[in-house]
Amino acid sequence: MAEWQQNRARRDRRIEAGIKLAEGKIVAAGDATRLLEAVIQPGDRVCLEGDNQKQADLLSAALLAADPARLNTLHMVQSGVVLPAHLDLFERGIAKRLDYAYSGPQSARIAAMLFGGKIELGAVHTYLELFARYFIDLTPHVALIAAVSADRDGNLYTGPNTEDTPTVVEATAFKDGIVIAQVGEIVDHVPRVDIPGDRVHFVVDAGRPFFVEPLFTRDPALITETQILTAMLAIKGIYAPYGVRRLNHGIGFSTAAIELLLPTFGERLGLKGKIATHFALNPHPALIPAIEAGWVEQIHSFGSEVGMDGYIRARPDIYFTGSDGSLRSNRAFSQVAGLYACDMFIGSTLQIDLAGNSSTVTTSRVAGFGGAPNMGSDARGRRHPSEPWLKAGADADPVSPAPLRRGRKLVVQIGETFGEKNAPQFVERLDAIELADRLKLDLAPVMIYGDDVTHIVTEEGIANLLLCRSPAEREQAIRGVAGYTDVGLARDRKAVEGLRARGVICRPEDLGIDPLDADRSLLAARSIKDLVHWSGGLYDPPSRFRNW
Amino acid sequence: MHVSRAESGGDPVGSRPAGAGPRSWYEASARQRLDLLLDPGSFAEFLAPPDRVVSPHLALFDLPHQFDDGIAVGRGRLGGRDVLVAAQEGRFMGGAFGEVHGAKLTGLVKAARDLASTPVLILFDTGGVRLQEANAGELAIAEIMRAVIEARAAGVPVVGLIGGRAGCYGGGGLIAACCSALVISEQGRIAVSGPEVIETNRGVEEFDSRDRALVWRTMGGKHRRLIGAAGTFVDDAVAAFRAAAIECIGENGAIDAAVLAAEQERLDTRVQRFGTMEDGLDIWAALGIPDPKSVPGMPAETFIPLADQFGVNGHDAR
Amino acid sequence: METLTIQLQAPQPARGRRAMAIVGVVGSGDLEVLAERVLAAEECHLEISTAIAGFGPVWQAVARDFVERRSPGGVRFSINDGGARPDIVAIRLAQAARLIEEDQPCT
Repeated sequence: MAEWQQNRARRDRRIEAGIKLAEGKIVAAGDATRLLEAVIQPGDRVCLEGDNQKQADLLSAALLAADPARLNTLHMVQSGVVLPAHLDLFERGIAKRLDYAYSGPQSARIAAMLFGGKIELGAVHTYLELFARYFIDLTPHVALIAAVSADRDGNLYTGPNTEDTPTVVEATAFKDGIVIAQVGEIVDHVPRVDIPGDRVHFVVDAGRPFFVEPLFTRDPALITETQILTAMLAIKGIYAPYGVRRLNHGIGFSTAAIELLLPTFGERLGLKGKIATHFALNPHPALIPAIEAGWVEQIHSFGSEVGMDGYIRARPDIYFTGSDGSLRSNRAFSQVAGLYACDMFIGSTLQIDLAGNSSTVTTSRVAGFGGAPNMGSDARGRRHPSEPWLKAGADADPVSPAPLRRGRKLVVQIGETFGEKNAPQFVERLDAIELADRLKLDLAPVMIYGDDVTHIVTEEGIANLLLCRSPAEREQAIRGVAGYTDVGLARDRKAVEGLRARGVICRPEDLGIDPLDADRSLLAARSIKDLVHWSGGLYDPPSRFRNW
Repeated sequence: MHVSRAESGGDPVGSRPAGAGPRSWYEASARQRLDLLLDPGSFAEFLAPPDRVVSPHLALFDLPHQFDDGIAVGRGRLGGRDVLVAAQEGRFMGGAFGEVHGAKLTGLVKAARDLASTPVLILFDTGGVRLQEANAGELAIAEIMRAVIEARAAGVPVVGLIGGRAGCYGGGGLIAACCSALVISEQGRIAVSGPEVIETNRGVEEFDSRDRALVWRTMGGKHRRLIGAAGTFVDDAVAAFRAAAIECIGENGAIDAAVLAAEQERLDTRVQRFGTMEDGLDIWAALGIPDPKSVPGMPAETFIPLADQFGVNGHDAR
Repeated sequence: METLTIQLQAPQPARGRRAMAIVGVVGSGDLEVLAERVLAAEECHLEISTAIAGFGPVWQAVARDFVERRSPGGVRFSINDGGARPDIVAIRLAQAARLIEEDQPCT
């Protein structure tokens, strides 16, 4: 007779092994390693919650302290590889295989360990892909997650940084996996229930908050004149003519400049209410002036941002908040929103090639993809129309009959022709290709494919790739805004002038913008302190961003 | 693009600066500060950039020089009165004193001493002495301090204005201590040893230089105003510095033995009152400020009357 | 340090009457530009002292575009460069040209 409940039986045995260390569901922090050794089996798929921002840091330290003779060859399936401990697990042999999405601060070390064979790589995903695979073939046996607080029944309050937790728990708990949460405190009643207790098997009382990094705070004091110029070009040359209202912004300084120009430059162009009203976006402090000036109607967030909690609580008309008043973020939903409900993605990259492919990879760093490819791609499954989407579609294909013509998402790359350390943003060949060769990957890690990119904005102007009718035109359009990089210097001047005459390339003067007017006095806030003032004292920036 | 050139060519948007707020002192360059501080068009520079009096040392280190060696000196008018001025550029080598830089300021203050009637304004923006020409820089600090005291002894007000990116550190802090009056904004910092120096020498337990709120509670403009190290606190606006500077050059800057004795007594009192305290917050509480934690976030218009009420007030002690 | 001299012909003399203008600071990623009205009306020279060697062709290209766009005839531009990117160089040159073309004579 077939046995159809083996997984459930296995789960019950794991719970039984762990329950000896628990009082109800509560386990003391000092017993965390013993709990993990009891519950996890060698070879298990484990999600050690490393999100973009919050980290289950106590549980990662506890897992690292496990005896490799008992716990080994784990298959880690987590979106963020962020803490040193996440990679130490592989050094110690506790973990062997890795599927992930983002490795920000560990990008150099992860590359070295991949080269050295310390890590067996499944794949580097986007967030949505990894989340999707949680439900298909990468379902965790054990999820080690992080929350703000728990009650004795295991109901969890994840607070403003809910992020990936509901997705991870959904995949694990409903497929007979084990969910273990580290919490900052045990309370009688949680402020709101983000994760119902029947999905949580053990709660480890960390006695302190989980680790979280401010990742989206851009100090306006560091915004350059060139970034302001690119921001002016984007607002006047893309936001305005397409009427972009639903969008996602990257986290670079150029998009921060856009946020800070809305109440000044944007206001004078009469664009309030016509652009940038609905966002899929983390709570960027740089957006505070635009919110306060009445530009923004609604924002859904992937995660939160350190210091923004008080401001968000006071602005529930703008943000999604729970019954307790604090932000409810959700990475999976916000990523879907960015993919399907936004008409534009605008962000920065490190390298763009002649076909418009872009990558944030260098030969010594594997930073992963995070969410940018989901935001920065045309959603082929989209069916609802909107003015910007239809207009972009018509730009790309003026021939097809309108009822049968797909719209296009605007995917905009914004940046200076030269980046950090004078590295050119435009290259003949992406470093990602060399990296793929060295790591023997089937695919080069391309962040945004050229056929998804619609516009490139630099201080030299805007290239509208939708209007290019051949690969050769596309190449010259890119060279035409590549300035004094080798790629730019090698442009065909005549071809570029032809493209300019057709409006494929738009110089600042074509838009009535004098580069010398790109002045920091245009910024609605020129310092973090200005942002605090705009917020009415509600924004409480971390100490490292202060100069008061 | 969907904006044709014909449609957009005459658009005036972007052709004038928006002016999101008053002109920031912190953001301005040394030359912009001089332009906006002094009566319009009155600045006449000594050893101007075309004279190319540059550092003879930096080339040895393969470092670029600047035509004014990071300090613009000259004369001008302020509120109709003749003044001698020096402005350090905090973004060139951290505004640090090198041989030429130091000699320009020494010469300016000595000229003021000899004229015995023209006030001096020093727009500090410095991390201290330039490492590449440290001996010359250290000597310059000593010479400038002597010149400032001599000028003051001759009855000349020497006013320091502090609110730049680099703060006023190292020898700059020593020279500031010799001035007859100091005007500072929140962004301004005065100290001899900077945060990183203290951390390096005494350990992170003693002073965490990355804790910027701590840095400002210890060296920042508000704290310096509250303990009486700077007499005047202003908002970070060029116009506010100008108004304060006009007032300060009208005050008596003279120094003699009696002034020094009073200064010594005041410093003794400060040590007695606050010497054992661990943090700026403790000092502010001891001053009687009702909610010390609220001080850093306070806008200038709220802080200034508070400082007048609770701060140590005086005009001739650091 | 590398020094470069670029000599170009400018179709039009610089407007205005200022003898001299200075913009920028030799900071990280920035440069100072000293403009002086000392040349024959159809000449324009750039004398560059830069901390980063090997970018001669880029300086040539930036200078050529600048003179083509602004035609600051009669002006010598002396540049101390702290490693600025071409976009900043172009902005500072344009700022210096705009400043020296102001009507107000330099004191």
